[in-house]
Amino acid sequence: MLSVDLLSNALVAGVLIGGFYAAVSIGLAITFGQLDIVNIAHPAFVVVGSYIAWILNSRLGWDPVLVGILAAPVFYFVGVLIYRVYYLAFERTGQESLSGLAFFFGVMFIVEVSLVLVYGVDYRLVSAAYLEKNFNLGFVGLPLRLVVPFLVASVMTAAVWLYLSRTFTGRAILAVAQDRLALQLMGADPVRVKQFAFGLAIATTSVAGSLLIMIGPVEPSLGRAYIGRAFAIVVLGGMGSIPGMVIAALLIGVVESFVSTFAGPSWAPAVSFGVLLLTLAVRPSGLFGRS
Amino acid sequence: MIKRRSFMRASLASGVIAIALVSGSLVSTAAQAAKPIKIGFSMALTGGLAGAGKAALIAMEIWRDDINKKGGLLGRPVELVYYDDATNPATVPGIYTKLLDVDKVDLVVSSYGTNEIAPAMPIVMRKKLVFPSLFGLAVNDEFNYDRYFQIMPAGPEPKLDWSRGYFQLAKEQTPRPKTVAIIAADAEFALNAAAGARANAKALGFDVVYDKTFPPSTTDYTPIVRAIQAANPDIVYVATYPPQSVGMVKAAHEVGLKVKMFGGCMVGLQFAAIQQNLGPLLDNIVNYHFWVPAPTLDFPGINEFLKKYEEAAKGKGVDPLGQYLPPYAYAYMQVLGDSVEATKGLNQAKLAAYMHSHTFDTVVGKVKFAKNGEWAKTRVLQVQFRNVKPNDLEQFRDPGTQVVLYPPQWKSGKMAYPYSE
Repeated sequence: MLSVDLLSNALVAGVLIGGFYAAVSIGLAITFGQLDIVNIAHPAFVVVGSYIAWILNSRLGWDPVLVGILAAPVFYFVGVLIYRVYYLAFERTGQESLSGLAFFFGVMFIVEVSLVLVYGVDYRLVSAAYLEKNFNLGFVGLPLRLVVPFLVASVMTAAVWLYLSRTFTGRAILAVAQDRLALQLMGADPVRVKQFAFGLAIATTSVAGSLLIMIGPVEPSLGRAYIGRAFAIVVLGGMGSIPGMVIAALLIGVVESFVSTFAGPSWAPAVSFGVLLLTLAVRPSGLFGRS
Repeated sequence: MIKRRSFMRASLASGVIAIALVSGSLVSTAAQAAKPIKIGFSMALTGGLAGAGKAALIAMEIWRDDINKKGGLLGRPVELVYYDDATNPATVPGIYTKLLDVDKVDLVVSSYGTNEIAPAMPIVMRKKLVFPSLFGLAVNDEFNYDRYFQIMPAGPEPKLDWSRGYFQLAKEQTPRPKTVAIIAADAEFALNAAAGARANAKALGFDVVYDKTFPPSTTDYTPIVRAIQAANPDIVYVATYPPQSVGMVKAAHEVGLKVKMFGGCMVGLQFAAIQQNLGPLLDNIVNYHFWVPAPTLDFPGINEFLKKYEEAAKGKGVDPLGQYLPPYAYAYMQVLGDSVEATKGLNQAKLAAYMHSHTFDTVVGKVKFAKNGEWAKTRVLQVQFRNVKPNDLEQFRDPGTQVVLYPPQWKSGKMAYPYSE
């Protein structure tokens, strides 16, 4: 059963889906990895992004990726608002660990039920001419349904990482989790920095959501299927490391693809999480996390 | 000697008592007559199966309204008491316990789907209740409950009957396919379907060259389809839920799957939104269904029901055509309602005996149950999509786009073979 074309296609498929996983996880890498906020509602916002893409695609014929990008500023402001509530209710009084977690569980359920009430429960899909096209590079298949999300995810991830690593605000975000007091002494308001970062994280869900609905149908509770995966990717990559998260996402994607192809798809989650556990056993801070 | 005054007092008292007794019984009868008959159930109104569950609920509400317009059951209005099980089997036992112990419903019916029906079984069995059920595959195989009645027309041997038609069709083709790949989601319904497929493949002389399952949370199906292609099967039997069905169909197209038959047990390919989106990708897929607008399936009342459904479904974010689950949701209420009227009461033993011994006229045709509560004769249709136009919902209202190939008595056209050259 081992053949070059099967191996190559499994690798390429794994990389393509890994890129999409990175798009879903990058916001969580910021909130959970860098701000220590356990935003369990993150995948629910990705689903909201999918629904926005569906509405404008089905009613006005707009491209889903375009919708994701245009809606990102709105998602940013929603993220800012949610952080303000979280900060005032929990973080300011030091109750963020358990109460904050419960808060985001509540946000997740409110988002899901709101989607059900507004859009109903039927499966939603988008249409775009390129989604049904495939290209072949020799014996390697490249379906645009997966290539486009990979490319968009790569651009978004690169842009976010460059911003975080090259700008003052970006580095302030990286710094706020490490040493809040030091950041204050340098003239940055940690609360405003975290607020901005949270807004940025939620903004990424707009784009991730548009990619999700390009890959497959969406219904309001679909986000739950990504909670475990997204958190695993962030932890595997190393808390606070965006490049680590990307590597982890690609690794998970490739592992899933190889296991599905050669061993049996039912083993894929076990092997993926096995890789996570093994990595943490050897390197507890994750692949690129700080010790 | 009785004094006249005493006699008159006694007579007056007797009269008052008599009037009170008669009035009381009249009031009681009237109160009883006005007291609704409560039918309780859980239904997937959120979660993965909510698309179909909510559509089923609309159909059940249409039945309730139709019955109440005719005066209800036993002269009493019908009331539906239901809770959302969120497509989560763990919620079902609690819901049915509440329905029976707190809400004190008179009758129960099931939620939608194998995974949601099975958890309710121990509770209804303990209370010895009649349990009309909505689309569970082989649920009663383990319980052997004699008051279970399944409206899905799987047949007396549901696991086998479900896929028998698919393999029978394959066997009749030229060149005769020899090998089969079976792929199923890791969920009870799909695993049951795959088990039946395995048995049918063996019985009809096919070699199984690929037989695997995958987790329902799988995002990309191209590695799975490539692995199937590498096994070089002649036919592929797929057992999946809606998002997985879409993933498999798209992956088959992207990989360029070259097989003689593809399809089988893909839930979701019966749903309007998915049919419209997949369009030509559906061509030549042979898949199960229970009702399509074919001339051979024009049952009394079905078109009237579908018109009511389409009107009721507007703006509710559910399947606009309602061809899959809603007719059967209406039918299982018809079975229950007709039984209550025929037995003139709510006695569960009498209802069960009636359901076992009679044939029902419903919007999905004549329904007769076997001893195990499944249909006495299978009517799992094998339907092939043909010449599907892109992004066109209307084509699915008319015959021709979905051709019935099996069973022979419901056949409406010939099979296009192979699936792909």
